[in-house]
Amino acid sequence: MSAPVAQTIDLCKDYRVGPSVVHALADASVTIDSGESVAVMGPSGSGKTTFMNLLGCLDTPTSGRYLFEGTEVSSLGPDQLAIVRNQRIGFVFQSFNLLPRITALDNVALPLAYGRYRRSERRRIAAAALEEVGLAERMNHTPVQLSGGQQQRVAIARALVGDPSIILADEPTGALDTRTGIEIMNLLQQLNARGITIVLVTHEPEIARFARRVIHFRDGHIQSDESQEALGAMSQAPPDAADTADAVRALG
Amino acid sequence: MSGIDLVLAALQSLRANIMRSILTALGMIIGVAAVITMVAIGAGAQAGIQSVIDSIGANMLIVSPASSRSRGAAQGAGTRQSLTWADANSIGAQIQGVEAVAPSVRKTVQIIFGNANWRATAEGVTQEYFTARGWEIGTGRGFEEFEVTGGGKVAVLGATVAENLFPGQSPVGEVVRIDRVPFEVVGTLKAKGQSSFGQDQDDVLFVPLKAAQQRLVGQSTPDAVQTIYVLAKTPALVSVVEREIEEMLRDRHGIAPGDSDDFRIRNISEIFEARAESSRVMALLLAAVASVSLLVGGIGIMNIMLVSVTERTREIGVRMAVGARRRDVLAQFLIEALALSLIGGAIGIALGVVSSQITAGLADWPLRLDSSAIVLAFGFSAAVGIFFGYYPARKAARLDPIEALRYE
Ligand SMILES: Nc1ncnc2c1ncn2[C@@H]1O[C@H](COP(=O)(O)OP(=O)(O)OP(=O)(O)O)[C@@H](O)[C@H]1O
Ligand SMILES: [Mg+2]
Repeated sequence: MSAPVAQTIDLCKDYRVGPSVVHALADASVTIDSGESVAVMGPSGSGKTTFMNLLGCLDTPTSGRYLFEGTEVSSLGPDQLAIVRNQRIGFVFQSFNLLPRITALDNVALPLAYGRYRRSERRRIAAAALEEVGLAERMNHTPVQLSGGQQQRVAIARALVGDPSIILADEPTGALDTRTGIEIMNLLQQLNARGITIVLVTHEPEIARFARRVIHFRDGHIQSDESQEALGAMSQAPPDAADTADAVRALG
Repeated sequence: MSGIDLVLAALQSLRANIMRSILTALGMIIGVAAVITMVAIGAGAQAGIQSVIDSIGANMLIVSPASSRSRGAAQGAGTRQSLTWADANSIGAQIQGVEAVAPSVRKTVQIIFGNANWRATAEGVTQEYFTARGWEIGTGRGFEEFEVTGGGKVAVLGATVAENLFPGQSPVGEVVRIDRVPFEVVGTLKAKGQSSFGQDQDDVLFVPLKAAQQRLVGQSTPDAVQTIYVLAKTPALVSVVEREIEEMLRDRHGIAPGDSDDFRIRNISEIFEARAESSRVMALLLAAVASVSLLVGGIGIMNIMLVSVTERTREIGVRMAVGARRRDVLAQFLIEALALSLIGGAIGIALGVVSSQITAGLADWPLRLDSSAIVLAFGFSAAVGIFFGYYPARKAARLDPIEALRYE
């Protein structure tokens, strides 16, 4: 049995604001195995983003341990963390965070530019990733020429392009309408079906239903951590896969 | 990211803010253009002086009267009539290392032939003068011994004078009036052309020394000369000859030990020192302007790069999230600053070449532009880009990825 993708042990993150200390995350112990799909829920300010940033090796905890694929993250320097983010982790943000002046293809190829790929190879891999998210025809469009849903697809392609073991999505549907949000979830679910671990933050129960495990946060503590019968779980074909394909075609 | 990727990304981002990039590069453009002009003019002046020294001969000594003092006020060089032809003769006869001695007097005169007239410098000289100063007879002949000592009213014309008084005609055998005194033209000189400082060297005429003393230059001491040119046999002998001339003239002029000389001996390199000095001052001034504008240009680059880092904080966060290391971000912004300064430098070099040509044309400065100046200017631009780009780039590289991603 291989090591879990992510394992946190009594992970804490405090923020010092003036004289007071905010316990953004307190004693969070979570083990996420390869291939899981996890929804993180909880009221605003409960520490979800803090938790995700720690999982993504973007932030360092105040105390506690974090093992990423069995490696103690605190033992890694900034450059090694960058390499982990580059090769093992994909990020999807609520506000897409695409670079505004470059094309969809270049945005998707960006992580590869920080790895060891030739230019032509980068373009080929990025084009394949865009094709996978159904945006093959929009490769040379810049973000402003794309809809929100399309931008989020580009962002997912960018998260996907480095062949990560885990995709971390902080409110990926937060800026989208319900229908587009469900399309994005279908896409993430397809990736999960391929074996990529997915952790996503959401406020919407309909979105959380796509995951097989739901973790609730409250005031920085884990309130509950439960498995559920996921909608279109990865083991079987998603019931609305045909719909997704149609929707993708309609978008493209 | 590979080098090519970084350069392409830098150019793309500079193009995205093209007006801002141009204005920022302007400081560098002006600075580098000033550097190029400065170096070209400095090197040109130096080369000009060297060529004058070479053409006159490094072994030339020039003896002239010291400035006289009347009621304590210095009257300027050559106002005393302390040097004589006899002094010149004894220098030639008694000092060992002397190759040639050429005493001379000089005056600006009016020359008339028919209804043509011309103003030029007339110099009263001996035949030895021509060899000492490197003049060659073009047509006709030079002076005979008896003409020099006997005050023969003959003249040898410089090329410019000959052309202006006798266009398309040989002057030899004709009689011209110099300050209303008739002189027969016996020869003309081969043209020497412009000096390195743009003076026409051929706008002269020569008459025998005696004739000049008697007929052209009114002077209280009849035998006085204004200048004695002394050519030492070798450049190494110059200082020995100089010392011996001083001793001899002090003796001949009866100057008591402790009193100051009533004459002055200079060698060619000394004379041009002043000119070299003025061109150095000019170059120094330009260097000050250049370094100030390079400094200002560099600060402009730093300023814009800081603005750029702030504007693109979120982009930096995204890049870090997808795997950019600190050194990748550092390289990105450093190369952007470098691209800005090098493009500015390249335009500045082009502008500097043009502007030094114009300056040289307007101010009659000799010009010398060599590749080392261009390499220097390019190196300066690179140094400015790296120096002033480093701080903003480091600021970008040290951003915390989370803070950067959250930045609005
Ligand atoms: N940089 C910071 N400095 C100080 N306090 C912070 C900082 N970042 C987060 N916090 C605090 O930590 C707590 C958790 O914040 P976090 O962003 O993780 O919440 P969240 O669950 O993602 O909320 P939301 O659903 O609104 O996105 C909050 O109380 C927040 O105010
Ligand atoms: Mg959040």
